[in-house]
Amino acid sequence: MTIAYLSEYSKFVRAEKHIMSLRRIYSLYQTMEQEKIILSFSGVVTSDFLTAVLDIMETKMNHLEESPKTKKKVFNVLVECLQNLYHHIDDGCDTNKELRRSKSALVMVVREKDNFLIQTGNYIDKKSVADLDARLKKINSLDKEHLRDYYREILGTGSVSEKGTAGLGMIDIARKSGNKLEYEFLDIDENFSFFSLNVKID
Amino acid sequence: MMNMENILREGSAKTPAVIFDCASGKLELRGRSIPENSVEFYKPLNDWIDTYGANPCNETIVDIKLEYFNTSSSKCILDLFKKLEQINKQGSQVRVNWYFEQDDEDMEEAGEDYQAIIKLPFNMIEVEEI
Repeated sequence: MTIAYLSEYSKFVRAEKHIMSLRRIYSLYQTMEQEKIILSFSGVVTSDFLTAVLDIMETKMNHLEESPKTKKKVFNVLVECLQNLYHHIDDGCDTNKELRRSKSALVMVVREKDNFLIQTGNYIDKKSVADLDARLKKINSLDKEHLRDYYREILGTGSVSEKGTAGLGMIDIARKSGNKLEYEFLDIDENFSFFSLNVKID
Repeated sequence: MMNMENILREGSAKTPAVIFDCASGKLELRGRSIPENSVEFYKPLNDWIDTYGANPCNETIVDIKLEYFNTSSSKCILDLFKKLEQINKQGSQVRVNWYFEQDDEDMEEAGEDYQAIIKLPFNMIEVEEI
């Protein structure tokens, strides 16, 4: 009796869970439609993933009624954002758990009424926070012309790292977006912070 | 005349088509350049220019028809221009044709960025489509 009851009960629970999880699909779908999320991904950013995402984004953008200029800008900024994430995940960490965490990222492209948003989130080694914060503060303090001069200065004097980064990514993102970069560092634990970046493209 | 091979490469989703022709002194990059690590892609091109520079044509025409390039490529492209700057000093007349699409201020500005750093004659050419 008891066993039969339990088995019935667990069937019922499973069915409930089943329905709940199905409902969640619809609710997620609604959220993504309402918020006009064109693209959303969380996970490990690999080279193959980059190729696939850019391909998908290009196809999706082709179907949007936007000027070629805007489409190009969104695509270009997305490339830099994704490659920033991709290069960031190479940074060494000690344990496997930390490694997994540091390699994972969130990417979203949102179409708002008058502009596009590219949003990224990723874990960052606490030791790197001060440096990145200072760089972003500097970038945000510059107007269009000074940003151009700063870009030229780094381009002309800096060198390319082994990873192929040139220290120009964030400057380029700010230049192309034409808006200030919104960002935040969230305290996670003694080793990590979570870096959120919001890039607005008019 | 010269004992070197031309570079002919098809473009891909992340890399530009390349035509480096030593006999005519015509160099062309066309398409997009967004590899994650551009050093890998550009090193053979820069090496080729080193070899070419030892015995260049009287005139070297460089056509840059890029739709877009990432910041990783921008540094490599600068290195390429620096090598051409040297070749220009040593006698071959180097000219750069910088193509950009109508209304594409970003690519126009990118051309101006290089002009500000590199001492080579740049010809800015606006086209409908690259």
